[in-house]
Amino acid sequence: MLIPHPLLGPRDAQEFTYLGDARLLDRPAPDTPDAEAAFCAYVYLRDNPAGVHRELWYHEQGDRSWLVVTRDTLTHEILGAELAAGIVSARPETAV
Amino acid sequence: MHFSGLRVVKEALTGHRGWKPLWRNPDPKPDYDIVIVGGGGHGLATAYYLAKTFGKTRVAVLEKGWLGSGNIGRNTTIIRSNYLLPGNEPFYEFSMKLWEGLEQDLNFNAMVSQRGIINLFHTDAQRDAFRRRGNAMLLAGADARLLDQNALRQILPYLNYDNARFPIKGGLMQPRGGTARHDGVAWGYARGADLRGVDLIQNCEVTGFRIENGAIRGVETARGFIGAKTVGVAVAGNSGRVMAMAGQRLPIESHVLQAFVTEGLKPLIDTVITFGAGHFYVSQSDKGGLVFGGDIDGYNSYAQRGNLPVVEDVAEGGMALMPMIGRARLLRSWGGVMDMSMDGSPIIDRTGIAGLYVNGGWCYGGFKATPASGYAFAHLLATDRPHATATAYRLDRFARGFVIDEKGVGAHPNLH
Repeated sequence: MLIPHPLLGPRDAQEFTYLGDARLLDRPAPDTPDAEAAFCAYVYLRDNPAGVHRELWYHEQGDRSWLVVTRDTLTHEILGAELAAGIVSARPETAV
Repeated sequence: MHFSGLRVVKEALTGHRGWKPLWRNPDPKPDYDIVIVGGGGHGLATAYYLAKTFGKTRVAVLEKGWLGSGNIGRNTTIIRSNYLLPGNEPFYEFSMKLWEGLEQDLNFNAMVSQRGIINLFHTDAQRDAFRRRGNAMLLAGADARLLDQNALRQILPYLNYDNARFPIKGGLMQPRGGTARHDGVAWGYARGADLRGVDLIQNCEVTGFRIENGAIRGVETARGFIGAKTVGVAVAGNSGRVMAMAGQRLPIESHVLQAFVTEGLKPLIDTVITFGAGHFYVSQSDKGGLVFGGDIDGYNSYAQRGNLPVVEDVAEGGMALMPMIGRARLLRSWGGVMDMSMDGSPIIDRTGIAGLYVNGGWCYGGFKATPASGYAFAHLLATDRPHATATAYRLDRFARGFVIDEKGVGAHPNLH
């Protein structure tokens, strides 16, 4: 598999390590009443779809960036990749 | 139809005209007491023990393709009970004991071969860990022998003991481990369940669950609605997508695991060998092919096929272990979808919906568990209580902090 790195162009998937569902970017707030249940779901539960899946890949043997890769789990076709840092910094709650 | 040597002789003398199909092909009835989703090894074993041990015969198994068309038809056939943790080892030893009586019980040749399994170790620390595991196995009533390098050289003279990076210092052997004919297991359980009145319904994909007031009422299928107040889901790699239809999220990711078989060779490996430095396991089939595999590819997949980097990794493991394997030509490779759980251990439990039960998360160790998984799931479906050996396989163990993590790598399904 070739991952279209937004800065470096197509890179072999072997340069990356895989973490999983991109919803791991959505860390729950620790100070809400249901934080314990929310963290349990965050750590352990997954949607696990057959089809389009947004997932985190770490360019460990490259520029050490985290990417959010959109990939079809039925065909392994990669539909896009973007910098995870860009997604997080574009959110209103992380704007400074 | 009872199978025996006498029967084979009789059929040979009469032109083989007396053989019958192993099971009926019934149309679904409007409702059953118990519906099992998934006609693979675990689903068929569940149906068999429901009928035989628990006296439930108004039972249907719904299979979207043909019986045994999933992972029971595409694995490396290893049976063993060499686990460490108390939540696991009694269950797998229960499975091993069921394997030992399986063929007589089913009156079907599943080619169970207790040729032994040897896990190699390469460092002093690994020897200590294996000694601990062997003791845990003995405590659970299983068998284990720690072999030093000299003893191992007598059994497996062809391994690369002096590999500079991964010298082989010995191995932990379970003499009662071995292999079984994977399709034969599915067919034997299917026949046994059918003979006791279970309806095995093929080409009948479940497309939804009918749930009223928090209780299951039946399943929507490609062949219409089928009512049941008890529904058990045993769909291996598809656990996530099937349970999503019931609004449940599971602690499971589906990953692809590849396996390989070489051309037929003369008898060479008379046991099962696992390489402890990488991840590589190999046995030899009765047809002569070396059957081997390694790690999962490591990313979510339902594709039933993997990619070349893992093929290369597995081949490197084989070459490091026994260099002569490099002369064998690969006949074929295949991939299956594994329901990788968050702690590497399975789930046999109730769900949040009354009457709906789930059996999954077998990672890539589901084959050896087939008999005990079926027995324990049948126990749960029939009595609503977990079987004594499966009490740890709870869905809520993650929230309660009672994970069963044999490898100790945490909530990373692709590392188990």
